[in-house]
Amino acid sequence: MYDVIVIGTSWGGLDAVSRLLDGLDDAVRQPIVVVQHRSVESQEGALARILGDHTSRTVCDPDDKTEIEPYHVYLGPPDYHVLVEEGHIALSTDDVVEYARPSIDVLFESAADAYGDRAIGIVLTGANHDGARGLARIKQRGGVAIVQEPETSTRRAMPDAAIAATDADAILPLDEIPKFLYGLCT
Amino acid sequence: MALPLTETAAPPPEDPELEQLEIDLLLEAVYRRYGFDFRQYAVASLKRRLWRRLAAERVGTISELQARLLHDPRCMERLLLDLSINVTSMFRDPTFYLAFREKVVPLLRTYPFTRIWCAGCSTGEEVYSLAILLEEEGVYERTRIYATDINENVLTTAREGVFPLASMQQYTENYIRSGGKHDFSRYYVAAYDGAQFPHSLTENVVFAQHNLAMDRSFNDFNVIICRNVMIYFDRALQDRVHGLFHDSLEMFGILALGHKESLAFTSHAGSYDEIDPAERIYRKIR
Repeated sequence: MYDVIVIGTSWGGLDAVSRLLDGLDDAVRQPIVVVQHRSVESQEGALARILGDHTSRTVCDPDDKTEIEPYHVYLGPPDYHVLVEEGHIALSTDDVVEYARPSIDVLFESAADAYGDRAIGIVLTGANHDGARGLARIKQRGGVAIVQEPETSTRRAMPDAAIAATDADAILPLDEIPKFLYGLCT
Repeated sequence: MALPLTETAAPPPEDPELEQLEIDLLLEAVYRRYGFDFRQYAVASLKRRLWRRLAAERVGTISELQARLLHDPRCMERLLLDLSINVTSMFRDPTFYLAFREKVVPLLRTYPFTRIWCAGCSTGEEVYSLAILLEEEGVYERTRIYATDINENVLTTAREGVFPLASMQQYTENYIRSGGKHDFSRYYVAAYDGAQFPHSLTENVVFAQHNLAMDRSFNDFNVIICRNVMIYFDRALQDRVHGLFHDSLEMFGILALGHKESLAFTSHAGSYDEIDPAERIYRKIR
């Protein structure tokens, strides 16, 4: 059984995550942690409010040590890396990784490390290659690697890099990802 | 596709349980040999920093790193830097400094003398920011700032007061947004690729080595600022440090944490009032 879903995206990500959450069945109770690349100045809570309109799940910018609960969506806060430890969120202000903070690789590697084969990683649309290394780590630790189909992504660089870095379990158009998660998680 | 090797490249750990054993042994060895206690550091970030050190030292396993640490104190110094440097910038989170100006400084004006503890000051960016702010508000003269860090090397950098010239554009923007009253460039002199801040800014600053994980309270304070330091500690250690801060704060003293650090998860939540909830500025009430 899976205990956490981690999602990484940059360019086009707001729309993609919104649609993914829209389509996700309520029976999928797993906590979701999202890194959407965002600027340092991006307003605290704004992204959470936008995504909150697309789901009845609780969406929040977590504090350090926030307990990870079912049916919640946690967003990487601006200018912090977001990591998961068993049962809670951990933040860091360590250096940017590949120009990004929050970094998708940092989140994914922590999920692979803390959750092993109980982690599901998803790389969505984006214009760089963040997330590729992290997704490979999730897969290596026995977790599930899902990538948005590059042809149907707003920007395909990030899905392409993820597919090149690991043997993904599923490469799917955005609208089919919720169904796939339902199959895995219920 | 070959991924570019960056400093974060880590050897993929093949056996998680073995890795955990190696980490436990290494931290124990560091503690017993060098007296630095990292055993209660938050595990996810600690591992990333260890992986980075493995890559930089070009060793394959944590056990190999342990052997090198034990036999080569210079290797320990390098690891200490990895584990203790907290990346920061001048006027990081300008809204915090704005709130400090507007909500804390008026309180400080009512005190004849103010003692401030910057705990985990790293390379000093925050200390200089604070000194500039207090000077502009006319209270620096009757303030003493105790700036402490676990690592003597970063304190040396902090004392020197030279920061990368390339960062000044960002710091200037931060300064303006923090309510700065002057032209930021008046505070530094460019020399080569560094920006030298005047020693007058540290006249009332005492830099001292202090280990939050192990050392005791050393004074009573009106203000304690500890931002984005405890995020690297586990909950038990956070609780310990909050106990230390509570003991070190005078009644109605101010505690300032990072934007994403909450008192709610600690055993001291009931001891403080919120002065500015979003900026995580609290006041001790019991």
